[in-house]
Amino acid sequence: MPVAFAIHDLTADGSLTRIGNNLVDGVSNGAIWALVALGYTMVYGIVELINFAHGEVFMIGSFIAFAAFGWFGMDLNTAIPLLILGLLLCLLISAIASGTLNAMIERVGYRPLRDAPKLAPLITAVGFSFILQNVGVLWLGGSQVSVPDLIGSQDVLFQISGVEVTNGDALAILTTVPLVLALTFFIDRARLGKAMRATAQDPDAARLMGIDVDKTISATFLIGGLLAGAAGLIYALYQTTIWFHQGFEAGLIAFTAAVMGGIGNLRGAVIGGILIGVIQQISDNRIGPEWTPVIVFAFLVLVMVVRPRGLIGEETRQAG
Amino acid sequence: MSAALGKIKGFDQRFLVIAAILFAILLPFFFDRGSSFMDDAVLALAYVVMALGLNVIVGFAGLLDLGYVAFFAIGAYTMGWLGSTFYSQANGGEGVHLLVTGAAANLPGIHVNFLLVLVGAIILTTIAGVIIGLPTLRLRGDYIAIVTLAFGEIIGQVAANGDQVRIGGIWDKTLGALPLIPDLGSEATLTRGKLGISPVDKIDLPFVDPFTSLDIRSWYFVALGLVLIVLFVNVRLRDSRLGRAWVALREDEVAAISMGIPTVKTKLMAYGTGAALGGMSGAFLGSYLNTVNASQFEFIFSIFILAMVILGGLGSVWGVVIGAILLSFVNSWLIPDVLNGLPGQLGLDFDLTQVSFAIFGFILVIVMILRPEGLIPERSRKQEMHGIGTGDRAGAGSDVELGEAR
Repeated sequence: MPVAFAIHDLTADGSLTRIGNNLVDGVSNGAIWALVALGYTMVYGIVELINFAHGEVFMIGSFIAFAAFGWFGMDLNTAIPLLILGLLLCLLISAIASGTLNAMIERVGYRPLRDAPKLAPLITAVGFSFILQNVGVLWLGGSQVSVPDLIGSQDVLFQISGVEVTNGDALAILTTVPLVLALTFFIDRARLGKAMRATAQDPDAARLMGIDVDKTISATFLIGGLLAGAAGLIYALYQTTIWFHQGFEAGLIAFTAAVMGGIGNLRGAVIGGILIGVIQQISDNRIGPEWTPVIVFAFLVLVMVVRPRGLIGEETRQAG
Repeated sequence: MSAALGKIKGFDQRFLVIAAILFAILLPFFFDRGSSFMDDAVLALAYVVMALGLNVIVGFAGLLDLGYVAFFAIGAYTMGWLGSTFYSQANGGEGVHLLVTGAAANLPGIHVNFLLVLVGAIILTTIAGVIIGLPTLRLRGDYIAIVTLAFGEIIGQVAANGDQVRIGGIWDKTLGALPLIPDLGSEATLTRGKLGISPVDKIDLPFVDPFTSLDIRSWYFVALGLVLIVLFVNVRLRDSRLGRAWVALREDEVAAISMGIPTVKTKLMAYGTGAALGGMSGAFLGSYLNTVNASQFEFIFSIFILAMVILGGLGSVWGVVIGAILLSFVNSWLIPDVLNGLPGQLGLDFDLTQVSFAIFGFILVIVMILRPEGLIPERSRKQEMHGIGTGDRAGAGSDVELGEAR
């Protein structure tokens, strides 16, 4: 699709500036979805549960980041070195808070239902999603709240032949890439990461090998929540408005991204997230934002028909 | 011994069912015709119809559908299109009237008798159900959930943006040019978006005065009639060859296929049946609520109905009825009317309706943790949950089912 639009732009405007801008915005937006989608896909891989509350954990992450800006008294006049330090601190706070929240939800709502029919934890997840949405309403009210534009999200950082890269784009991409790399390294090499993969493949065998399955699952939720919290902070800075409903929207998009890439598959989640980000930008820009959800979901159905296990392929128990 | 026990149990159940139906018939005579309780009761019955429809898809056939709201939307829009002044330019501004009496007979727009609309809604939603079912045939488990969710969202968004979709021109040139089919006028759009199509014609049955919004009792009896029809359909389907094929597919798809169950046909039948029931209820609600509005068709609604099915007990017809009635009253009566005074009495200053979703969520979490199999579980599921008959007996049971279903 981007290729088709690139050709269209070349013939219509004689340059690739428009599609270039679409791509940059799309990738940076998609980076946020990718972070949220990673949490979905990890949790699905290990307990085969669509964690509906995950989007709300992301929303709470945004809210905490917003509150943390206030605690540190960060505003538009803060000097740049202090600002960077403060943002890193806020990132840490919102990530840890979201991670803890996600792990707590697992402990209270999903662990008692480990042996119940598969739909039971799905319903508690929906229940938690509702509860957290209302926490959001009570916290910041039912409408959009604007966040101080600390990084000058829309200011152009640099330009390559008309294609603008803004501070917001840079922030999203520069935060997401290291996080994803760290996560892949962790899952590949660390002891806990190996335990996660083992539990995802076969929990019973993992337990026989001496892996504490409950602890491993808790850790998975914690890490998924950490990423969602980080995404929450980026979202707050990037969009400069937050509200209680953002988690629901992001949750739908991110879950779609995870499924599109192939659920349980980390690379798939990242690629799915970025792909959806790009599709959204192109559709927002050329068809109209009100039709974007229709385009995204129609694309998802198309992918499912052509490749029933996602673009890259799933990594779940049934898939072997 | 066991045969005698079964007889007593069967008698008990039949007695309970008759008692419940009698209770439902007599109930409205103890309440005022226009009371808010009657309003809640009509909504509860309409939700029972939807929950039973979703139960066919999720409970019987085991296909997790997160986009059930699509069928509500299509049913309601059928009512809106065929029973309102929305297409006021139809037939050159004269309007189209088919077997309608009362005020609607003199208004512009398309006005078709409610029973015919009901048939139309059933046909349209069945087709939609099959179309939505087709791409999910090769998928399993949670992929089905996301694809149905996607369809639900697509329908909801098309409804919300439908005021931009001008169908009038194309319609008049193609279908509208055929005999017997009215033209719609060039200004006609697909929906009226978030403004909603309103007012919608009231139910208009033969030999009865047209319904009014003041007398809810007559609406109640129509809703009860729909519930009884759907209950009959559900029970008969459950015990039919098709019902057993659904259960077989749900329990073990590979085994079911190897026993010769036609998967495609069986699954599509589940989608079609479930969708038709949702469309019926949708058409009824479109008329009863007097508006067909895009904001009614959001994802939350699919979850609301799914929660009824799971709360009651997946696949259990009577459980689903109870679950639907309970959650509907929690939503329309317990939270806004009963609990709402509580913070004030405790000296707290906040509006409880603001957190109604949280209360709803809290109830879901508590019920699931305490009773994950649902309030009145299906017999086989209950045994599964409590470890009875998971060994030889369950195996033997499913063999019998599969054998017969062939």
